[in-house]
Amino acid sequence: MARKITYQQAINEALDQEMARDQTVIVMGEDNAGGAGSPGEEDAWGGVLGVTKGLFHKHPGRVLDTPISESGFIGAAVGAACNGMRPVAELMFVDFMGVCFDQIFNQAAKFKYMFGGKAETPVVIRTMYGAGFRAAAQHSQCLYNLFTHIPGLKVVVPSNPYDAKGLLIQSIRDNDPVIFMEHKVLYTMEGEVPEELYTVPFGEAAVVREGDDVTIVAIGRMVGFAQEAAASLQKKGIHCEIIDPRTTSPLDEDTILESVENTGRLVVVDEANPRCSMAADIAGLVAQKAFAALKAPIEQVTAPHVPVPFSDALEDLYIPNAAAIEAAVTRVKEYR
Amino acid sequence: MSETLNRESLLEAYRTMRTIREFEERVHNDFATGEIPGFVHLYAGEEASATGVCMHLTGDDYIASTHRGHGHCIAKGVDPVGMMAEIWGKATGTCKGKGGSMHIADLAVGMLGANGIVGGGGPLICGTTLAAKIRGDRTVGVCFFGDGASNQGTIFEAMNLATVWNLPAIFVAENNGYAETTSSTWSVACDNIADRASAFGMPGVIVDGFDFFAVHEAAGEAIRRARDGGGPTLIEMKLSRYYGHFEGDQQTYRADGEVQKLRETKDCLLQFRKRVTANGEITGEQLDAIDAEVGALIDGSVAKAKADPKPSAADLMTDVYVSY
Ligand SMILES: Cc1ncc(C[n+]2csc(CCOP(=O)(O)OP(=O)(O)O)c2C)c(N)n1
Ligand SMILES: [Mg+2]
Repeated sequence: MARKITYQQAINEALDQEMARDQTVIVMGEDNAGGAGSPGEEDAWGGVLGVTKGLFHKHPGRVLDTPISESGFIGAAVGAACNGMRPVAELMFVDFMGVCFDQIFNQAAKFKYMFGGKAETPVVIRTMYGAGFRAAAQHSQCLYNLFTHIPGLKVVVPSNPYDAKGLLIQSIRDNDPVIFMEHKVLYTMEGEVPEELYTVPFGEAAVVREGDDVTIVAIGRMVGFAQEAAASLQKKGIHCEIIDPRTTSPLDEDTILESVENTGRLVVVDEANPRCSMAADIAGLVAQKAFAALKAPIEQVTAPHVPVPFSDALEDLYIPNAAAIEAAVTRVKEYR
Repeated sequence: MSETLNRESLLEAYRTMRTIREFEERVHNDFATGEIPGFVHLYAGEEASATGVCMHLTGDDYIASTHRGHGHCIAKGVDPVGMMAEIWGKATGTCKGKGGSMHIADLAVGMLGANGIVGGGGPLICGTTLAAKIRGDRTVGVCFFGDGASNQGTIFEAMNLATVWNLPAIFVAENNGYAETTSSTWSVACDNIADRASAFGMPGVIVDGFDFFAVHEAAGEAIRRARDGGGPTLIEMKLSRYYGHFEGDQQTYRADGEVQKLRETKDCLLQFRKRVTANGEITGEQLDAIDAEVGALIDGSVAKAKADPKPSAADLMTDVYVSY
């Protein structure tokens, strides 16, 4: 059996191996080593949750701490990408995109098109997202849909350690700006991950489970909940097919459409708020392109249209869960 | 300087600093047992700053705070009992359990919120003080921010704007030496954050943030000037946090014994006690009595927070203009 490591270790390993392979790969972010100018340990944190720990000593001069100046250093990563580097910049929590979004969506995203194809911007912005840490409204959001809306950006949402490693390596080698979304609750998830370098291509969904009754499209942490729901539904004789898009931009439309052509029923599971979400987008796609195959209305299982609450009592209600997915699948299965 | 502080004010200052300290020590202990959820950043060690500044403010003046906001809240008059319940995620909390430690706010007492976004408060204080200026009501606004936040674009923009519009704003940079693990001697490109004031056309002062009296004097001058239409000031407090960046931080980036030494030699409460009892203004017994009262208050706040109910399911969907 292959070696098992965590999602967090998979990300660290992808960075480490790519830095070793390619000297133009640099890593930067707040406390990505940690301890700059301080009297104690260097590499004290390796990022706020330790994801970049150890890279500082292994790759001297290529792991940069930054002041708390996101516009400055995210923009610098974009500029360095225009000048021969492959920077991996860390935006600690995706919620902080608010203070640096211009450098991402007006600058990095637009260069190639706006300059008539004359620019490449091979920058990766790694960022942590998602609810579940009792981290409240400004540290828990699920904003991949905002990036997905912007032409020119690629958006990656790994749901497990294997994909995290392969997709991050692909992100670093890709010549377009990539937003790499890491769900904070998944960092401790273990899975089989090859030691060697490999890539997972963009725009290729994974069929996580096969089934003929209902298609479930789930993103990021929601893939695990969909699997839980499907296992329980299996016992009731309902066979779900689970699709993990893995990248929301580009989106693998074909795999989703083919599955719905077969099942005729769709539940989309998305941790984000519902309006202008990936759930709405995928539901729209299927309604438009697989209308004739549908045997029931499409269900969307999402967070409600409210900010993420702090109290555990509320946050647990906020996050979509396996029970909600199971109920939605049952509804579409029993429709008429 | 302490001429302006009568006995009553001195006792009030001590009570505020002691309340903050006691509050933070209790949160620290309770966090260690795993009972408090989320990210918690403690203000212990920095009490003189919030207290010395906020003593000059009324309920009509605004402050904007940071992720390390408990001290600012208490000094501005937010009820510690509600704060404790908020931190415990209870329905009786200051923000009904929806905000937590990083988002305690109470507009009724001019507390515009702790903030999860570093540097988020600067522009907001430009706004509250713009409103004050247009109304001509002589109120002011104080933006507290850290050394790390001092490198954030929002803070630069806010300081420039405050001078351009001649706003009654005071920028209080609490330089506790670190932003997470990163030293301010590394992240701040000039020697002192206060040195940047001249670039924004405002006075800049450096204050020993462990010394309540120094803070009180410097803040008083800046706040008077702002009330009189004299525009913004940048005050840099040199101080330290006694605990980690957040609870759970192992702090390997700090020097051995760093905090212990500060606690023994610089602590704001010890310094204060020494000074006011030495010159006979206040007796040690009076301060001990405050210690006991504050201890009881915080004990009560914890007991209540533990016993209080959590928010109910219906609360999830309220306080937003539309929810579905
Ligand atoms: C825009 C933004 N960037 C980064 C963070 C993560 N973060 C939270 S507190 C902090 C350090 C702040 O340091 P400082 O301003 O010195 O305040 P201190 O914690 O020392 O009180 C960082 C980097 C954040 N919350 N918001
Ligand atoms: Mg600091």
